[in-house]
Amino acid sequence: MAKAHVYKRDHINTDEIIPARYLNTDDQIELASHCLEDLDKDFVNKVNEGDVIVAGEDFGCGSSREHAVWAIREAKVQTVIAKSFARIFYRNAINNGFYIIESPDALEKINDGDEVEIDYKAGLIKNKTASIDISFNPLPDFALEIINDGGLLEHITKRTTD
Amino acid sequence: MGMTITEKILAKAVGKEKVVPGELVDAKIDVVLCVDVTTPPAISMLEEKGIDKVFDKEKIVVTPDHFQPAKDIKSAELHKRLDGWAKRHNIKYYYKLGRAGVCHALLPEQGHIRPGEVIVGPDSHTCTYGAFAAFSTGIGSTDAAAAIATGQLWFKVPASIKIVLNGSLGPGVYSKDVILAVIARIGTDGALYKAMEFVGPALKDMSMEARMTITNMAIEAGGKSGIIGFDDVTKQYLDEHLKDETDYIVYESDSDAQYDAAEEFDCSAIEPMVALPHLPSGGVPIGECAGKEMDQAYIGSCTNGRIEDLRIAAKILKGKQVAIRTLIVPATPSIWKQAIDEGLFDIFYESGCVIAAPTCGACLGGFMGVLAAGEKCISTTNRNFVGRMGHPESEVYLASPATAAASAVEGKLADARRYLNNE
Repeated sequence: MAKAHVYKRDHINTDEIIPARYLNTDDQIELASHCLEDLDKDFVNKVNEGDVIVAGEDFGCGSSREHAVWAIREAKVQTVIAKSFARIFYRNAINNGFYIIESPDALEKINDGDEVEIDYKAGLIKNKTASIDISFNPLPDFALEIINDGGLLEHITKRTTD
Repeated sequence: MGMTITEKILAKAVGKEKVVPGELVDAKIDVVLCVDVTTPPAISMLEEKGIDKVFDKEKIVVTPDHFQPAKDIKSAELHKRLDGWAKRHNIKYYYKLGRAGVCHALLPEQGHIRPGEVIVGPDSHTCTYGAFAAFSTGIGSTDAAAAIATGQLWFKVPASIKIVLNGSLGPGVYSKDVILAVIARIGTDGALYKAMEFVGPALKDMSMEARMTITNMAIEAGGKSGIIGFDDVTKQYLDEHLKDETDYIVYESDSDAQYDAAEEFDCSAIEPMVALPHLPSGGVPIGECAGKEMDQAYIGSCTNGRIEDLRIAAKILKGKQVAIRTLIVPATPSIWKQAIDEGLFDIFYESGCVIAAPTCGACLGGFMGVLAAGEKCISTTNRNFVGRMGHPESEVYLASPATAAASAVEGKLADARRYLNNE
């Protein structure tokens, strides 16, 4: 059962997702233990495998630190649904094979704690609690290729050996 | 339909006559910057994937900067990984402690940035190099790994927005105030995914250092890159700094190039700006916030840690005492040396400042000036997000070196113009 962790905020930045005081390591499990620490200290205690984060505009703005994507992914978050993403975070997510969803209405249609199910192929977020479906545009083909290969490096390796 | 300078540079990098915004391209990379926090993970990825190679050992520039000199054991381990890799691959331009500096001040100063080229680095402020009529952008560690191994990277060609800087700056107003005014108007996602092309007469009077402060903060408006066209000022800087390869291609935007938007600014009307917590778009004129008490002043970083910035600070601090903790962080060893030669260190010492080794340090809450709960810092850096320089309940106020120095003297946000006018 995937639960939504909803943050009615724009510009949730990389310093909030993973503060620089933890950037002295790239151990992803350790990074995950500080995921969203400066935004919601309790997040790591309440998140369960497969949950989703829902937020407003410009999610992941700020630093280029891929640690932000690693922290979220290793916290076992299934995806982030935001009105828009900052570009480096967007790139980093795709390059890591981590599917993120851009949706203009999810923030209004999902409440904190709602149960959601996502059909990536159909481009559909099903809010089971509120019994509403929210459609989204699936990622573009080039991004899907990278994600399906498991990330950019896998994609490049595959392409050069194909 | 004509092309923008950004489109022309990317077209050249993919070997095409023309590219259009939105087009997905695999671009040839001219320079890959490598730093201590984000490159070691890239190195590990390459090792794990069994593709531990570099595309060109002369086109990769390595400098530890974020947490150097190593602030703790873990960052020492990151440096060790970076060092071992750089040596193993005989990276030609590897700046070790003693020559290492804040990357975006170091690379131009050491002659690694040329117009018309594509430069990437796993640091979001890599957009700084656009001041040299180059395309440069920040990337993540996986991107860095791909660029290091292949010398190629995927990009969506960005649409451009034109930022027109009219007029000229008044006394005590600097390029930092201009970029804070720009971001205050368009917001932290006002240029999301776009190239910010800065044009206009106000740029003519700006040094390359001052221009770099502007392009440095393009990312704070969400921009993919910031870019400024080539002119005599660019040429003179390059003549003085380029070493090995002194040739380069100068591109300029066509008169009928397409822009998504244009924003005009009358720079003559811009006041010294302070970006209030907790977004870089929180800029207000100093008149609206003067008097707010501070606990610390920080003068340094890739935004404002260059010699010109230190000179401005010294001019204000000369013969005065600072009222709060004040840290001066020259961005590179040669800036450090020049500041000594010009007598600036004496002024900083006499006024009660401390001078730290070149590092990104406290700008990102690393070390050398981290803030406690409730503390407020006037800073010449580029971000004032929650917890950016330390405790999540601390506050960062962004401003020019002049405003930071004047605020250091008064212990509260202060208008530097009163110090400059009294000369």
